[in-house]
Amino acid sequence: MREGRYEGSASRANFKIEAIDFSYFYGELRALKKINLRVRKNSLVTIMGPTGSGKTTFLRALNRLNDLVDNSSHSGKLLLDGEDVYAKGTDVGALRRKVGMVFALPTPLPMTIFENVAYGPRKKGVSSRAALEELVERSLKAAALWDEVKDRLDMPARQLSGGQQQRLALARVLAVEPEVILLDEPTSGLDPISTLRIEELMNQLKRSYTIIFVTHNPQQAARLQGEVAFFYLGELVEFGPAAEVFTRPRDKRTEDYITGKVG
Amino acid sequence: MNPRAESLVSKERVVRQVNLRKEKAAVTLLSFAALITAAVLVFVFVYIMARGLAAIDLEFLLSSPVKMGREGGIFPAIVGTLVLTAVSILVAAPLGVGAAVFLTEYTREGWFSKVVRLGTESLAGIPSIIFGLFGFSFFVIYLGMGWSILAGALTLACMILPTIVRTSEEAIKSVPSIYREISLALGASRWQTVTGVVLPQAAPGIATGIVLAIGRSIGETAAVIFTAGSSLRVPHSLLDPVRTLPVHFYILAREGISSRNAYGTAAVLLVAVLLVDFVAHFVVGRLFRGRGGER
Amino acid sequence: MKRSQNERVAELTLSLVALGSLGILTLITVFIFKEGLPALKEIGLWEFIGGTRWVPSKKIFGIFPMLVGSFMVTGGALAIGIPLGLGCAVYLSEFSSPGVARLLKSMIELLAGIPSVVFGFIGLTVVVPFIRTYFGGPGFSVLASSIVLGLMILPTMVSVSYDALRAVPESYRDGMMAVGATRWQAVRMVILPSARSGILAAAILATGRAMGETMAVIMVAGNATAVPESLLDPVRTLTSNIALEMGYSAGIHRQALFATGIVLFFLVTVLNLIAHAAVRGGSGR
Repeated sequence: MREGRYEGSASRANFKIEAIDFSYFYGELRALKKINLRVRKNSLVTIMGPTGSGKTTFLRALNRLNDLVDNSSHSGKLLLDGEDVYAKGTDVGALRRKVGMVFALPTPLPMTIFENVAYGPRKKGVSSRAALEELVERSLKAAALWDEVKDRLDMPARQLSGGQQQRLALARVLAVEPEVILLDEPTSGLDPISTLRIEELMNQLKRSYTIIFVTHNPQQAARLQGEVAFFYLGELVEFGPAAEVFTRPRDKRTEDYITGKVG
Repeated sequence: MNPRAESLVSKERVVRQVNLRKEKAAVTLLSFAALITAAVLVFVFVYIMARGLAAIDLEFLLSSPVKMGREGGIFPAIVGTLVLTAVSILVAAPLGVGAAVFLTEYTREGWFSKVVRLGTESLAGIPSIIFGLFGFSFFVIYLGMGWSILAGALTLACMILPTIVRTSEEAIKSVPSIYREISLALGASRWQTVTGVVLPQAAPGIATGIVLAIGRSIGETAAVIFTAGSSLRVPHSLLDPVRTLPVHFYILAREGISSRNAYGTAAVLLVAVLLVDFVAHFVVGRLFRGRGGER
Repeated sequence: MKRSQNERVAELTLSLVALGSLGILTLITVFIFKEGLPALKEIGLWEFIGGTRWVPSKKIFGIFPMLVGSFMVTGGALAIGIPLGLGCAVYLSEFSSPGVARLLKSMIELLAGIPSVVFGFIGLTVVVPFIRTYFGGPGFSVLASSIVLGLMILPTMVSVSYDALRAVPESYRDGMMAVGATRWQAVRMVILPSARSGILAAAILATGRAMGETMAVIMVAGNATAVPESLLDPVRTLTSNIALEMGYSAGIHRQALFATGIVLFFLVTVLNLIAHAAVRGGSGR
């Protein structure tokens, strides 16, 4: 990794997320190798890379979901708003409410559409019906799902289509009012049209949220614009605006990847 | 084809035929074994029902025994069985489910979970008469509960605890981990995740285990006879002694008091136990599945 | 913070609850030994285990006949239950149609729920008279107990060994069939050997059940306190010894019954540990 090659125009205080020599280990295996990455507030960063490149590990480090894995450990720093998410005494629950996550496969919780979206707020302590209804409506609207489901909020969420389920997952995250949204290959199980809808949503949401979008598909990274980070075998190989990375890749490995020679 | 190859082929065919004949004989024997196993159930059921149903009417179910059970009904034994079973489940179910939650959601596989699991397995293998001895010396004598519903129910609770732990553990383990991740990623705590997602998903399996434990409680004799007593009166408090259906049946049958009433009691007991087991195996899952098709 | 405090309370409570089984196991051990050890001390372990006479009125307590009785009855039960149960499991897992398998599995699950007193009663009214008529003797006998127990352990035997057979990878079967073996040859040469540790565990669990069964045995065994000389003689097991006399015993007599419990507890625990090891050895491979 070539340090400090790209920093964007923002001043240091505006970095929402900052990884400094951040490495992550599963037992002996080093899944991330000294990652240095800065993400500006309210921007969209796409992380692309083949399977095993460490993209998902990086996401799951950000909301500390990797804590669930036995024998995992880290070194270096991973800052959110200038504070290390791995600092002692971090309230992991609060961290995860601030950093929401959408998973790869559309998976509704086994309850109604309404309850899916209300789940996070409820666990946060919101209990008034009116407040929940308002939150659910707002979140579903922000996820562009409201018009399709407003008449059947009490139906089991399982009955929605895959694309709808993934937007429901997004609404579920938005309802907790996060500042950062992590998406882990959210369109890998979706058809092209549903995929496009999610991508359009990203461009709307990046005005109010900091978004990190993981994909193994370079075309998708190109379509999403914003900035692109290329991970390969646990290393951050290249990071820059999509236009630059795709037209003038600095690293041979990036070039091979976006031209389909490695994948 | 030359003659030699032909003879080889025909030899092979003979061997194959012998093997197939052997297989046929083996399968006949095996199916016979399966048939016997099934026949035992049918025989027990038909035998008891054919003789017992005649003794059962509303009066038999709702009146008290007269002359030690020679005449009259089995009402107190029905009440005793219900109360004893209910109390034992109320004690054992939360403990068992709690233990299962801890083993699956709060510990990583290590020495602690191994020790707990070994303890649970050992407890499951202990004969009911040992539970009876223990309940007698601990609850009845040492804690001074006397022969009572409480002593009997606590003894039963100890006995059915491993069943509940094991079935709950399996049910909880079968909940896909993605649900836990979604809940945790939304900022829910571990406990909120357990109560909000894991337990509702595991509920059918847990319920099956609890209903099976109910069946075991209803049918148990050895652990109850020295802890709950054998009083023929309808109990008024948890510290009153009771006689359960199997104990009543045992006394009637062994002492030859009344074979008509013994068969009647056996029929009631058998129907109760089989019904409960039937519900556990074939109804509980469907019941939950019906509720919104969540599984 | 209140939330994290709640978390800690939940975790602590649950860990205590998880220790419940272990606590009960400890309490059982402590109380059985507390009540039984004085008798063992007074009578002497070897006199107690090796003594051939049990005469509570004269304070003579020897459980050798009951030990022999328990082993004979259990052996008899296994001789009936293992071949029947294993045969049934092999049939269900390898030869029957799925529909038949489902039906039989359901029936076996229900069979497991039949209370032991009901089994005992069937033994008393069907098996005992049958033996008395066709084999002679009082009918209450080692044979009667073995038959009743043999049928009672069937569900354990069938379901545990069935699971072991189903756990054998399908490719083993396909491999054998591909080289022209019959299904039965595949069972004998590959499937049964691969499932042997699970089948062993089934047999040990069934042994534990047979040895621990009380009420059914009391009703058909005759309960005489002499060492049986033939399969048609009456017999008393460790479990029935306890259950028969607990009701009216006192003093050293009661302690001797608890001491009988200690011996039973010891035997069954050893069996449990072996079964545990067998299952683990099986899944570890």
